[in-house]
Amino acid sequence: MNFDLEYAGDILPDLLVAFVQYTLVATALGIAVAAVLGLLFAVIRQLRIPVVTQLLTAFIEFIRSTPLLVQLFFLFYALPGMGVTLSPMMAGVTGLGLHYACYMADVYRSGIDAVPRGQWEASVALQLPPRMTWQRVVLPQAIRNVLPSLGNYAIAMFKETPFLAFITVPELLHQAQEVGANTYEYVEPFALAGLIFLAASYPTALLLRRLERRLETR
Amino acid sequence: MNDIPTVWDWTGNLLDGLRITLLVTLFGTLLMIAIAIVLGLMARSHRIAVRGVARVVIEFFRGTSLPIQLFFLFFGLPLLGLRFEPLACGVIAFGLNYGAYGAEVVRGSINAVPKPQWEAATALNLSAWQRMTRVIWPQAIPLMIPSMNNLFIQLLKSTPLLYAISLADIMTKAEDFRKAGGDATLMYLALMVIYFVMAYAVTLLSNMAEVIAKTRLGQHAGLRSVFTFSKPKPAEEAKLVDASSAAGGPGGAR
Repeated sequence: MNFDLEYAGDILPDLLVAFVQYTLVATALGIAVAAVLGLLFAVIRQLRIPVVTQLLTAFIEFIRSTPLLVQLFFLFYALPGMGVTLSPMMAGVTGLGLHYACYMADVYRSGIDAVPRGQWEASVALQLPPRMTWQRVVLPQAIRNVLPSLGNYAIAMFKETPFLAFITVPELLHQAQEVGANTYEYVEPFALAGLIFLAASYPTALLLRRLERRLETR
Repeated sequence: MNDIPTVWDWTGNLLDGLRITLLVTLFGTLLMIAIAIVLGLMARSHRIAVRGVARVVIEFFRGTSLPIQLFFLFFGLPLLGLRFEPLACGVIAFGLNYGAYGAEVVRGSINAVPKPQWEAATALNLSAWQRMTRVIWPQAIPLMIPSMNNLFIQLLKSTPLLYAISLADIMTKAEDFRKAGGDATLMYLALMVIYFVMAYAVTLLSNMAEVIAKTRLGQHAGLRSVFTFSKPKPAEEAKLVDASSAAGGPGGAR
């Protein structure tokens, strides 16, 4: 058996629709959740509120070192038993967002740590309230520095969206499997799915590398 | 109708599944290291053809998502006349995917060995082989370990995917439990704790390997505990003792 170009051409539109409608949407929402939640985690850890910070640190470490798939299954299959029922997409976005928020929290933290001491001291000298210090002085510098790392995690998250197929989100991998199951031709759908991912992630990675270099030289 | 199983009843099944998970993790990691070294060295070759091949392979396996690669191996390749056991599929997919990431770590770490070390090795008339094995690699290995540890854990965390290629790993056993009517919440929590413990063990092993590698270089004080979960100082010192006694032993020979 060989790679059947005609068949590949036939199934490509369906795959692309699934890719845009579910994979890209899940990625975008996941990134939004992760970016916001991660920042929140990082700031809470930096504030060093006695018990909260330790609990949060433990939580972050736990989420980071347990598999995303188990977390997704937990959200999708176990939470309904506790009275919280999420749609597949909701569970998927929550899982991806939470998982990557724990990674991004560390990235934000390294960015916050890299803001020179003098900036904090200057804010105190200028009598800026804490809120202003964070919003106008620390975070703008911290986030700018870690933008490329955040981007790398965004790409990593993008490549993990196929995990959502296992909680019945009809995204690209799911669609490819469905197409394959109809015709018993699995080579083309999976090859195309892989190529679609490559076509989306590689240029983004290149752009990020350029951004990284531009930020470095300034 | 049977009783609803408890997590305790399922211990035997989980252990069976854990064996498969660990087997794939172990062989996947070994394959990953081998591929990372080969691709990493190829990626710094002077010949553009060799470097080009390495780059294409690295970017390909990094860019196409792991679950898709796994499915391609498992569902697609048999149709092209190449059939692997599910276990081999897992090992190959994990090895190739994370090997491609590891290649960048290997390349970066070797490049991070200071230039004077290369020049000094040349000045001492060491052969290319001696220069790599005696001077460059011993210094590059401690630089690699933290990032490699990260990849080992990523690989470990990907193993529940085996569930999707009909391998009786620990995730499959947990799913059987849920389908048998067991308490899914408890089972998934148990599963997460098991994975957490395994990830912690991998980190401890990596930290030990790093200390051993650094002790051989005489830099044992320079601990970078970025990937430790907490930073227990006395434990590190305990490891130092281990490391110095094991420095000449088989653990140190890498």
